[in-house]
Amino acid sequence: MKLRQKKILTAYLFLLVPLTFFAFIRFYPMVSAFYISFTDWNIISPVKNFVGFSNYVKIFQDQVFRVSLLNTLKYVLYGVPSVIILSLSLALLLNNITKFQGFYRLVYVMPYITPLVATSWVWRWMYQKPPTGVINNFLNFLGLPARSFLMSTTEALPSIVATTVWIEVGYCVIIFLAGLQSIPKEYLEAAKVDGANRRQLLFRITIPLLNPVIVFLSVMEMIMFLRIFTQVYNMSDQGSGGPLNSTKPLVLYIYQKAFKSFDMGTATAATVILFLIILAITVIQLKVLNRKVQY
Amino acid sequence: MRKYLLVVLSLLLILSVSIFAKVKIVYWQYYFETKVKAIDELIKEFQKLYPDIEVEHVTFPYESFNEKVASSVPAGTGPDVVNLYYGWIPKYVTSGYLQPLPENEFSDEYFQKNFFAFVPKGVEFMGKRYALPIAVRSLALFWNKDLFKEAGLDPQRPPRTLQELVDMAKKLTKYDKQGNIVQAGLATQPSGQGHHWIREVLTRQFGGAPYSDDYTKVTYQDVPAALKFYTDLITVHKVGYPGFMNDDITAFTSQAAAMNIDGSFRIASLKKAGINFGVAELPEYNGIKSNFASFWANGITKNATGEKLDAAIKFIKFLSSDKVMEIWLEKVGELPANPAVAQKYYNDPIYGPFLKGLEYAHATFFVDETAQRQVMMDAVDKVWLKGISPEQAFKESAQTEQAVLDKFWKSVGK
Amino acid sequence: MTRSERINKVISYFVLTGLIIVMTFPFFWMVLSSLKPFREIYRPYLFPKNPTLDNYKQILSSSLFPRWFLNSVLVALSTTFSVLFFDSLVGYTIAKYRFPGRNIIFIFILSTLMIPTEMLIIPWYIMSSRLGWIDSYWGIMFPGMITAFGIFLMRQFMETIPDDLLDAARIDGVSEFGIFYRIALPLVKPALASLAILNFIGNWNAFLWPLIVSSKPRMYTLPVGLAYFSSENMMHWELIMTGATISTIPLIIVFFIFQKQIIRGIMLSGLKG
Repeated sequence: MKLRQKKILTAYLFLLVPLTFFAFIRFYPMVSAFYISFTDWNIISPVKNFVGFSNYVKIFQDQVFRVSLLNTLKYVLYGVPSVIILSLSLALLLNNITKFQGFYRLVYVMPYITPLVATSWVWRWMYQKPPTGVINNFLNFLGLPARSFLMSTTEALPSIVATTVWIEVGYCVIIFLAGLQSIPKEYLEAAKVDGANRRQLLFRITIPLLNPVIVFLSVMEMIMFLRIFTQVYNMSDQGSGGPLNSTKPLVLYIYQKAFKSFDMGTATAATVILFLIILAITVIQLKVLNRKVQY
Repeated sequence: MRKYLLVVLSLLLILSVSIFAKVKIVYWQYYFETKVKAIDELIKEFQKLYPDIEVEHVTFPYESFNEKVASSVPAGTGPDVVNLYYGWIPKYVTSGYLQPLPENEFSDEYFQKNFFAFVPKGVEFMGKRYALPIAVRSLALFWNKDLFKEAGLDPQRPPRTLQELVDMAKKLTKYDKQGNIVQAGLATQPSGQGHHWIREVLTRQFGGAPYSDDYTKVTYQDVPAALKFYTDLITVHKVGYPGFMNDDITAFTSQAAAMNIDGSFRIASLKKAGINFGVAELPEYNGIKSNFASFWANGITKNATGEKLDAAIKFIKFLSSDKVMEIWLEKVGELPANPAVAQKYYNDPIYGPFLKGLEYAHATFFVDETAQRQVMMDAVDKVWLKGISPEQAFKESAQTEQAVLDKFWKSVGK
Repeated sequence: MTRSERINKVISYFVLTGLIIVMTFPFFWMVLSSLKPFREIYRPYLFPKNPTLDNYKQILSSSLFPRWFLNSVLVALSTTFSVLFFDSLVGYTIAKYRFPGRNIIFIFILSTLMIPTEMLIIPWYIMSSRLGWIDSYWGIMFPGMITAFGIFLMRQFMETIPDDLLDAARIDGVSEFGIFYRIALPLVKPALASLAILNFIGNWNAFLWPLIVSSKPRMYTLPVGLAYFSSENMMHWELIMTGATISTIPLIIVFFIFQKQIIRGIMLSGLKG
């Protein structure tokens, strides 16, 4: 009995600092964010007035917010399928080979671990228009017309997506490959004996068995693209999300509202919107994964 | 025994006074290499002059300068003396960052004696003055003599009118096989000095004015021809585009642009890069000459009180002295704010055109320089990126800018 | 091996090798550009004609890069040690102790994973400016001192430790903390290594929060410094690429030394699903 009490006490003692941390650094700021989003506070004025939902009304009336919400959606829609399809194909190819598998995997994951700020600037340099941009010079060499990339309102966002895909692919390949290698060989052998061809093996056995991994990675990537910031900040002129706001995502909007205009009320209202979107996706993911288990 | 104690105590007192008597003030400016180096040297001079004052010099990138001021001054952690663009004064004052210059130290006579006439007007807001410039700036046309020669043009004869500007720019532009510009005839960068050129120069040359006299109404939308002239350079004459080689300065410095409209502050870095360039007054049109004058000035923030305030006053006075202005021209390339000092450079082939430009220059009264610059950049972008007509683009920009002005004037109760 | 399998293999190698070029070219281009003098940087050829290390000399001698480098090392190391200690302590406690509120506490910690950092930065910023944490190392580090994901991970591993082992130590008179520190921790070393390396990389690369919380250039971390340096030197791409190379090289070295742990760590991060 005494030992039990001592152990309980020890447990609480061990948890004291970490729980205080979570309460003050994670939980309290979250509550505080909700609260600020209902006030008209900017950091300069000493007063906070409760304004109800007017910040939420205000951001949805703000054309720039709507544009950045739409841009965020575009990042997700262009980015997630590209990353998933590309990395799944790569993982399948890698699974075919035996030698140097580790080496390829290592090279593919390099962009993922390099500082995003550095890679953003390297790509920005590569995306320059002729005569300085190396990609355009290559297109030129092939006899293809030059592209505007980051300087065009239509091409800038896909260009940033392309860079992000380049970064994320390696991470997904590793997880896909681990998933592929955990598929029991007997399943595939049995199907082969039954006369299934390669295509059938892939779509009837491999991919359905990989489904939980695909769902997991899709959600991870969705959240990553929803929170996109660093690339855009470093790849658009003066971190503006331009040209003409065409690349500005939600988080950059929040950053500018909060730390350029010091409009903390509307900025936190926008963060709450982001939170709700991410929450919805996570809940859906849990539902989908739980259903899959019943198969 | 007591005597000794007294001696020791008084020694300690003297020691501590001499240690703590040093007043420390913090000076902030945005990062511009030549300016930063010049200020570093001037601070050394100043500290020799006033050994009891210590100045800490802090710099930030231009893009984040305003945010840093905005986040620190209200918190009481920011600078005591801040270097700011004159166009930011209204915003800085209404946000409560700056304190007015004490009138006993900075009288009307002081301004009259030391500065061009447009300076006291430029640093005034609601009847009070807030800052002192070291130097002033105006615009001029830079041309690359080597590239002129290469294109078969007379390297000693820059364009004098807008028509000549277009003709020469076309001759100076080079394309690759696929029609991409590899050498721009004229760099066009609204985010640089381009927006000033459109607002204060082209608008007036095409028969309009950018704002009503009291700066409460936007009026440039009445002369869309001004914007059209600018965007035609990009879309019709194809002599350059915004973002070519990243920006106009890079393009001109790496000899990929033959002409550029820029300020006197670029002279030092162009000389350093070894460019064979000339400077001319801005091309005229309809017989109208116009220019845009502006300056950076040193203001005292609300953080500076008591001893710090005295030190800050000494510091900004020192920075606006004749001797500093001469050093500034040499090191940074900005024009003296004192006409008596400027006089000496009137016939200088490089500084002369800028000084002549000052005679007919306008200094825009900005209520929110960042927003107003953005509006002009957006107008250009809308035309060349989205194909919207200059009339429409100028109208939309005017509307947005009018809203900015209205909000500002309402906030100061006018 | 059948013929079609062999063809399949050859095609796989071919495609995978081709992609290596795409994946690594930006790195080569970065390094090559950093070796070009200013005169050559805007010329359209791949290799520098007069390769030079002047850009490196210039950056290391007259910019704040060395300082930013130190800041980053300090921040990344300190947070990593803190994360290793606290995450494994909490993971261990939740896995190995029975006490009232255990599940609720675990769920509470895990639920904080759902909150995006972006939502917290504004309150963090306000908190930091009130408490004077702006422009301090602590200000940069505090949000990452303990991580919910690490706790989750360590709990998984701590659970695999047999209770008998811990009880045996208890009977030998080892203190409760001693059991954790000297018995449990060494048993989960591989997991600790992966957590450490992932955390180090994450903190080394962090951008948004360090950007907000540091206002003085001397307090920047390497990524924030690089962004600042680059926007200041827009016309000197050779210097920007040099700065990018300097901030990337240490990671590439860490990466090659700890590749096993990194790959394992990434796989573990897939464990959540």
